[in-house]
Amino acid sequence: MSKKVAFMQGNEACAHGAIYAGCRFFAGYPITPSTEVAEVLSAELPKVGGSFIQMEDEIGAMAAVIGASLTGVKALTATSGPGFSLKQENIGYACITEVPCVIINVMRGGPSTGMPTGPSQSDVMQAKWGTHGDHPAICLVPASVQELFTETVRAFNLSEKFRTPVTVMPDEIVGHMRERIVFPEPGELEVVNRPAPTVPPADYRPYDTSFGDVPPLAAFGSGYRFHVTGLNKAEDGFPTTRAGIVQAEEERQVRKIEKATDEIVTWEEYLLDDADIAIVAFGSTSRSARFAVNEARKHGIRAGLFRIITYWPFPEKQIADLASRVKAIITPEMNLGMTLHEVRRCVKGMTPVSGIFRVDGEPIGPAQILAGIREVM
Amino acid sequence: MGFDYGKYIRPGKLPHIWCPGCGHGIVMKGLIRAIDSVGFSKDMTSIVSGIGCASRLPGYVDFCTLHTTHGRGVAFATGIKMAKPEMNVICVGGDGDGVAIGGNHFIHACRRNIDITYLIMNNNIYGMTGGQFSPTTPTGAKASTTPYGNPDPPFDIAKLAIGAGATFVARGTAFHAAQIDKLLAEAMRHKGFSVVEILDSCPTTYGRRNKYKSVIEMMNHLKDVAVPLSAAEKMTAEQLRGKVITGVLYKENKPEYASEYRKLVERVQAG
Repeated sequence: MSKKVAFMQGNEACAHGAIYAGCRFFAGYPITPSTEVAEVLSAELPKVGGSFIQMEDEIGAMAAVIGASLTGVKALTATSGPGFSLKQENIGYACITEVPCVIINVMRGGPSTGMPTGPSQSDVMQAKWGTHGDHPAICLVPASVQELFTETVRAFNLSEKFRTPVTVMPDEIVGHMRERIVFPEPGELEVVNRPAPTVPPADYRPYDTSFGDVPPLAAFGSGYRFHVTGLNKAEDGFPTTRAGIVQAEEERQVRKIEKATDEIVTWEEYLLDDADIAIVAFGSTSRSARFAVNEARKHGIRAGLFRIITYWPFPEKQIADLASRVKAIITPEMNLGMTLHEVRRCVKGMTPVSGIFRVDGEPIGPAQILAGIREVM
Repeated sequence: MGFDYGKYIRPGKLPHIWCPGCGHGIVMKGLIRAIDSVGFSKDMTSIVSGIGCASRLPGYVDFCTLHTTHGRGVAFATGIKMAKPEMNVICVGGDGDGVAIGGNHFIHACRRNIDITYLIMNNNIYGMTGGQFSPTTPTGAKASTTPYGNPDPPFDIAKLAIGAGATFVARGTAFHAAQIDKLLAEAMRHKGFSVVEILDSCPTTYGRRNKYKSVIEMMNHLKDVAVPLSAAEKMTAEQLRGKVITGVLYKENKPEYASEYRKLVERVQAG
């Protein structure tokens, strides 16, 4: 049987990826350039018995997603810059209460209203540090329509496995461009469901570390009664201010992701084996970078591309290894140096790192990256 | 035989955080009696709250409980009800939580008419943060942020709820303890968004700033201002000045949101 193929927009593929992953609840608020995710799910979710609700604001949408997830349903919201800022309050709540959920943030210019229809890659720091307090972060940055589908599936899997919110962040170009997509067959991609508790209800503790750093989460209405709070809590879920317990719980919540970094981090290397210059890029910028690498090689410059697919946790080891192999690193990005900063942190001065930045709502094209490569040579 | 609250109170979670003289404990007991009288099962009942003194209630009671972020309880509750309509969903909180920071979620839940019972313990003050004025603090009253008297006019929560489309709106007081469970039970039986405002007292941060000499004096004030709807209907506007009307203030039957959405799903699935 031949596979189903379509010519589709990134945001639409994202919505279909969510359905494939088993998402059965969406709450959102209209915002450019992410609205198509909501529009498609408003049509598709009822077909599979799921629920769609357009909430009164971004904060309420994030709240409803967490409430839905607590009933055992995979839940999604989609937004963009200003909406992502508003959601930070309850993203922090999902972090501390360890409730799985997925947030799509289609990146547009900022700060504030910025350029709603222009592409940007300037929310990568907000994805890590947007909500207050120490907390884990997983953030995926797909570069194609196909990958927006598969990374949305992976986002749900990681979210369910690690009991944590996961953010998928296509830039506006990836969200809005149309290209060919081959739909995976059911069963072709792994779909992870959160483990149910194995203990009887009377013995259940929602943060029971005897089950490891990611304790099983029971569903409301499944016979398990427990308490969920945004206050610092003990393993039984009830608030505590006891120093030792608070410290241990906070450390566990960050550790559960940190120690799984090798499992979570994904990247793609292109022509890096003999490269003198490495471009580190992601999203639509990485597509221009690939083109620029090919052009550079036609002119005898040994350039290569390191494409970030998992932005958080940041591919620290891989970037450090890259720095030991190349003479220079360039980070083209649609912001004023967020990835440059991260790459420099990983490189630790081993190799010069320079950036190509653009925040005018225009994409970074191959010519601009090629010019940057020539400058470094 | 007295009512067995122990069936619903979580072992080891008392004493509660509420100050001596606070009415929240009276309201919590009323809520428990109401749940018992309507027969909601503990496993299939979720009690959700926001932030504040009143919002600490879910921690004490043995249900599926969710203590959320400030003002957002109703939005979390909406997610639960939409994802699992068979659950009984009750939201609780205070006046600041419900109609200041949570005001937007509140009016839209009223508009949708989603089957959630929302209990607002209105003590006219932000108690947990030490007594700042809330959207229900009377004009002229003293709070820690209105040292010269409150310049703001207050909300009438019941009118706000009715105006926004809630299909069941009731009001009681912490003094009239026996009425609390009756109002709440009727609200829980109602299919749609039901709002029960219970006038409450905060002797610690409101009373002492506003010349209430004792807890009893504050409780007596609730007794004095409350006028049952049936009595109020026979009173003149002049006689009603400074009074608060209690009882079931509004009730109508309208399509309920979550069940209407399930009908939509069935329709779509049938093609």
